[in-house]
Amino acid sequence: MAIVVKRKPLNLLEKLYIPEIARGLAVTFRRMLFGETVTLEYPEQRPPIPAGYRGVPTLVRDPEGREKCVSCQLCEFVCPPKAIRITPGEIPEDSEYAHVEKGPKEFDIDMLRCIYCGMCQEVCPEEAIWLQNQYSMSGYSRAEMVNDKTKLYELGGTLPDEHFKWNKKKEAAEHGGGHH
Amino acid sequence: MAEENKENLITVNIDGQDLQVPPGTNMVEAVKMLGKEVPHYCYHPKLSVAGNCRMCLVEMGMPGRDRATGEAMLNEDGTPKIMWMPGPAIACGTKAAPGMHIKTNSPKAVESRESVTEFLLINHPLDCPICDQAGECKLQEFSASHGRGYSRFVEEKNVKPKRTRLGPRVTLDDERCILCSRCIRFSQEVAKDDVLGFTDRGSYSTLTCFPGKELANNYSLNTVDICPVGALTSTDFRFKMRVWFLKETKSIDFESSVGCNTVVSSREGKIYRITPRQNDEVNDTWMPDSGRELYKQVEAVDRLSFSSVNGSETSAVEAIKSAAELLKGEGVAIVGSGRNTVEEQFVLKAIADRVNAKGVYLVARYGDDDEILVSKDRNPNVRGALATGLISDLPAEQLSVLASQIDSGEVKTLLATKEDLVAAGLTVEQLKKVKLVVIDTHASDTTANADVVIAGLTQFEKSGTLINQQFRIQKFHKAVPGPVGSIDDLAALSAIQASLSGETMPTVVGTVWERIAAEGSIFEGLSFKGIPDTGALLDGSAFAGLAFAEGKSLHFEPKLEAAAAE
Ligand code: SF4
Ligand code: FES
Repeated sequence: MAIVVKRKPLNLLEKLYIPEIARGLAVTFRRMLFGETVTLEYPEQRPPIPAGYRGVPTLVRDPEGREKCVSCQLCEFVCPPKAIRITPGEIPEDSEYAHVEKGPKEFDIDMLRCIYCGMCQEVCPEEAIWLQNQYSMSGYSRAEMVNDKTKLYELGGTLPDEHFKWNKKKEAAEHGGGHH
Repeated sequence: MAEENKENLITVNIDGQDLQVPPGTNMVEAVKMLGKEVPHYCYHPKLSVAGNCRMCLVEMGMPGRDRATGEAMLNEDGTPKIMWMPGPAIACGTKAAPGMHIKTNSPKAVESRESVTEFLLINHPLDCPICDQAGECKLQEFSASHGRGYSRFVEEKNVKPKRTRLGPRVTLDDERCILCSRCIRFSQEVAKDDVLGFTDRGSYSTLTCFPGKELANNYSLNTVDICPVGALTSTDFRFKMRVWFLKETKSIDFESSVGCNTVVSSREGKIYRITPRQNDEVNDTWMPDSGRELYKQVEAVDRLSFSSVNGSETSAVEAIKSAAELLKGEGVAIVGSGRNTVEEQFVLKAIADRVNAKGVYLVARYGDDDEILVSKDRNPNVRGALATGLISDLPAEQLSVLASQIDSGEVKTLLATKEDLVAAGLTVEQLKKVKLVVIDTHASDTTANADVVIAGLTQFEKSGTLINQQFRIQKFHKAVPGPVGSIDDLAALSAIQASLSGETMPTVVGTVWERIAAEGSIFEGLSFKGIPDTGALLDGSAFAGLAFAEGKSLHFEPKLEAAAAE
């Protein structure tokens, strides 16, 4: 249903229109001369990003530097535009993190497909994928717009961890877990 | 038969619903007949009942009898009075008895299941994100549907070895094991290789191989299939792909004339694993390990990816044209294969008739009978060649007759499909003497010496039918597309026949079947679509006189078959 907005009839001053132009110019000159800017000089100036912003999805490490992703492929499954592609791999037995057993061999996110919905972050059982504050992605080719594993960790960096669940598991194993 | 069985059917009452079941039926199966499910882990319909997981607890009662008089006790309304047992009973170990009542969803049954689930999860690692079983795990499913959803366990969980090698193909994650003993019973009862057992007690209980033994038999991967959790994992499939991505295609094991029913799991044109598909007349729910590796041939390095004429790459159409030209010549012989489908053999037979073949041969391939699911005849479809009339006698292992025909100059042109003629006893010199057309999937001495090579498809890339040792015709379906440059063998053969005869020839399985079934042969009345997924038995009595090589296997008795044919 269309809403009809009634216009107020113009009064005499407005009908003369010169005073109104002067009023408009006054605003322009006030902004120009007294530095009350509301725009940003992007890209030199960047806006502050609010907490919880859903930017480019990234992979993160825990404070020890361990890659948190265990390649369970749930994000690949849940991703509505099928932007994620994971090749799972096994963590070798001589690794410090052998008890985690599984990690991604390859991890690609196609940013031409990604719709920034955040489902991957929500579904991740290891809190390994985060949509952080990075919001501008550009490239000269389609291939450049696919973030591979190295790029994803570069973008993601390290986030604090509250659980260190795999460390607890390793400790339990060393203490004979449950059998004292 | 159904008639006489009706007499001894037993009436039981499940959740207030009367049901007639054959004697000996256990309550898990009886409930299944009603379309419901009693959750269970250790019970497996093809193994003995162990009754150790306690997941299948239900409430059970029998009609009461007066102790003094032996009279049936009745309720006031005249119905038999049911004396409910004070404790729950396991449905898997309870056989139907007349008048037996069970409740699968009473508060007591529900509470029993919730408690069992809570206990099972106490020491379970809950590492579903890295567990290959996730998505097809009974513990995961039943914990969701029959669990409380929270745990009261605050103590430290048990820790056990996470990657024990049980054998060349099986890796054990001991923490996940729920001690159901399915794998142990399978090894004893089906594989007849008693190597697995539990050691230690209580929460220390561990599945292990007996000292000095390993789980190496050719059926070891079935333990992975029946393990209700992710404890036993396939070393080949481990960590390769989550199961919910896999597309499942019904297929057949090509490795011998048993014709195990299988499921080929693939994602985006790549095959990840092969697992058995239930067919109670052929392979129950099992299949050999050797058949699970066949998918590797799809991406083998020697795979042919293009057709060629005189050694230079051409399109399949060109190759077929040259092949037909060669076959119009004099003295044509044909080497078919027991690995061809029935449809291909049917078209080959038409070609043989058309060119007035000087001989049609198959190459026999024999191994040892293992008396379970690998038979002596390692060709999956020799009976198909007999039934289509391509050959009239059992094939030999060596092509010595053909060799002498080539030497004498009787055979000047040869069409071979899916066989390495050098391996079958011809020499390279003999191959050089004839005009040779080969349809195959992998490079061999034969393709190296052929005038025309047509790159065909493996069993995973096409559909078709095979006739197994019981004369059961079974169909398999295309799971993945063939490599660029290859052509469906059936389409290639049909195109050759069309250009030889000048008539049109159907090129896809469904329409070829219209011709096969119209012949008035033993295929009459069948169609590709009409063959059930578990196959259809054909009347093989016409071939009863032939001395088939196979001995006994799981559901095949050679002598019985001969006797039945008489
Ligand atoms: S390994 Fe699997 S099949 Fe064997 S006892 Fe444990 S849970 Fe059962
Ligand atoms: S299924 Fe009945 S006790 Fe395990």
